[in-house]
Amino acid sequence: MATTPNAATPADFAWSPRALLRRLRSADEIAHLITLIAAATLLLITVLLVYQLWILSAEARTKFGWSFFVTRTWDPVAGQFGALPFIYGTLVTSAVALVLAVPLGVGGAIFLAELAPPKLSSSLTFVSDLLAAVPSVIYGLLGVFLLVPIMRTTVQPALKRSLGFLPLFQGPAYGIGFLTAGIVLAIMIVPFVLSVSREVLLAVARDQREAALALGATKWESTWKVVVPAARIGIFGSVFLALARALGETMAVTMVIGNNPRISASLFSPGYSIAAVLANEFSEATGNLYLSALIELGLVLFLLTFVLNGLARLLILVTTKRGSGVLPT
Amino acid sequence: MNAAFPLMGNSGAAASSKSRAAAEGSTTAAPGASTLRMKVTRINFYYGKNHALHNVSLDVATNRVTALIGPSGCGKSTLLRTLNRMYETLRHTRLEGQISLDGVDILTLDVTSLRRQVGMVFQKPNPFPKSIYENVAYGLRINGHKGRLDDAVEKSLRRAALWDEVKDKLQKSAYALSGGQQQRLCIARALAVDPEVLLLDEPCSALDPVNTAKIEELLFELKPSCTLVIVTHNMQQAARVSDSTAFMLNGDLIEFSPTRQMFTTPSDPRTEAYITGRFG
Repeated sequence: MATTPNAATPADFAWSPRALLRRLRSADEIAHLITLIAAATLLLITVLLVYQLWILSAEARTKFGWSFFVTRTWDPVAGQFGALPFIYGTLVTSAVALVLAVPLGVGGAIFLAELAPPKLSSSLTFVSDLLAAVPSVIYGLLGVFLLVPIMRTTVQPALKRSLGFLPLFQGPAYGIGFLTAGIVLAIMIVPFVLSVSREVLLAVARDQREAALALGATKWESTWKVVVPAARIGIFGSVFLALARALGETMAVTMVIGNNPRISASLFSPGYSIAAVLANEFSEATGNLYLSALIELGLVLFLLTFVLNGLARLLILVTTKRGSGVLPT
Repeated sequence: MNAAFPLMGNSGAAASSKSRAAAEGSTTAAPGASTLRMKVTRINFYYGKNHALHNVSLDVATNRVTALIGPSGCGKSTLLRTLNRMYETLRHTRLEGQISLDGVDILTLDVTSLRRQVGMVFQKPNPFPKSIYENVAYGLRINGHKGRLDDAVEKSLRRAALWDEVKDKLQKSAYALSGGQQQRLCIARALAVDPEVLLLDEPCSALDPVNTAKIEELLFELKPSCTLVIVTHNMQQAARVSDSTAFMLNGDLIEFSPTRQMFTTPSDPRTEAYITGRFG
């Protein structure tokens, strides 16, 4: 190692405890290194994950190629594996969940952030955060014992009577199926949308609200036309956080979706999701091809989340660039 | 001197301001004012248990600039915010006494229509994260403006002396403007709904001297069409722009007189102490 005129002599680095402590106290380099390692670990885990999924799914990938994504058959006995019903089930249940959860979550967040008295707001937020922490199996049980019977006897017949002309609401009312799974997911992700959106709304600078009010805006006009637009990037963020949760949710969906690899336009139909089939069939997967097909499904789920997150970022970027999406500082 | 002041502020001031406020109730303090746009009569204001304004009376003369001065925390911004009931956005606030706009008690007015008539510009420029055009148009839109929006936007920007600088980039984000331009944009936004009174809460405190001068010049130009009330911590500014000045201390209105008189022959020793820079 080259020494500069100012370089310390080895004696300065004597390993006395006091010298070590002194070094540690001013140890920018050490802090730098530790935080760098922490950050690098995250990247490493991601890379390893994809690598493992890629390697272990090799057999299924070479055997089925791209047809894996468009094949409807899932027949382990015959060695036929197609991912389409699972991709379909995952996307449909997540879509149903978002359609139900976003208005509820954002609406609730607006109430808690803007309109509710502070005490009510903080206690309801506490409840919401509590709900977010409930294990998903509990939601699954709730779905099986409470929601499924209600869906079968009341909700689905009512939907059939009123909106039965739509293909979405046709077919026998089993109780279990896409719709019920979507509703359970919606219940699970509402707290995410609500908590994050509320934080973002509260972060909008006070002077923005005052500016609108000073122009003669009503409370609601200031909320809806100034505060919500200013917070919308963060609200998008909360929605995609929730979507990521919905896509990967396993236990609760498995319990109410019906576990039947079917593609049907009807939301009443039983179906299957990627996460659910992984949970159900991993332990009983006999044969390398079966296992490898399941692992490829895992890879698909990973990529699905990845792509949707990418799209979300793109959406935020595009709306921000249009000049009007600047967050107030 | 400094050590003696809190005593005067706390005990003596409260007593003397009561008699003074009563005296002012009967006389019109504003110089050469033919009419009063707003009249504040013996108001007391509370933030929770904190008694922030003590029996304050103030006359706001039509088409004049009224300045509120005093050290930080003296209640000048609070007084300003009672004039358009902006205090109502805070919880646990209470106003006693009467404030009238053109002879009508403002508490009987619908708050949105009051704020349309009594506009406000804030300490820090706070344009919306929208285009320049949309910022000015916002107040017009929510108030159901009839007629051509483009014309109204141009007129407001001209009144705020900003038109020439932004006419070619109306669709650009307001955040692309400099701080001084942003503040004039906020003035244009407030002027768009054609208020009778414009309240300015230390509008130049975030600006450099050049932009401050522009805003002060603007105030002169607005005077024929608008009544202005400005809070400032800058006594030179008050002396330059205002027709009458109110000096406040610890929630009391100590002295309210024509600006020239206040800065040459103040009647209260505390006013003199403040404007000669002995405290504050």
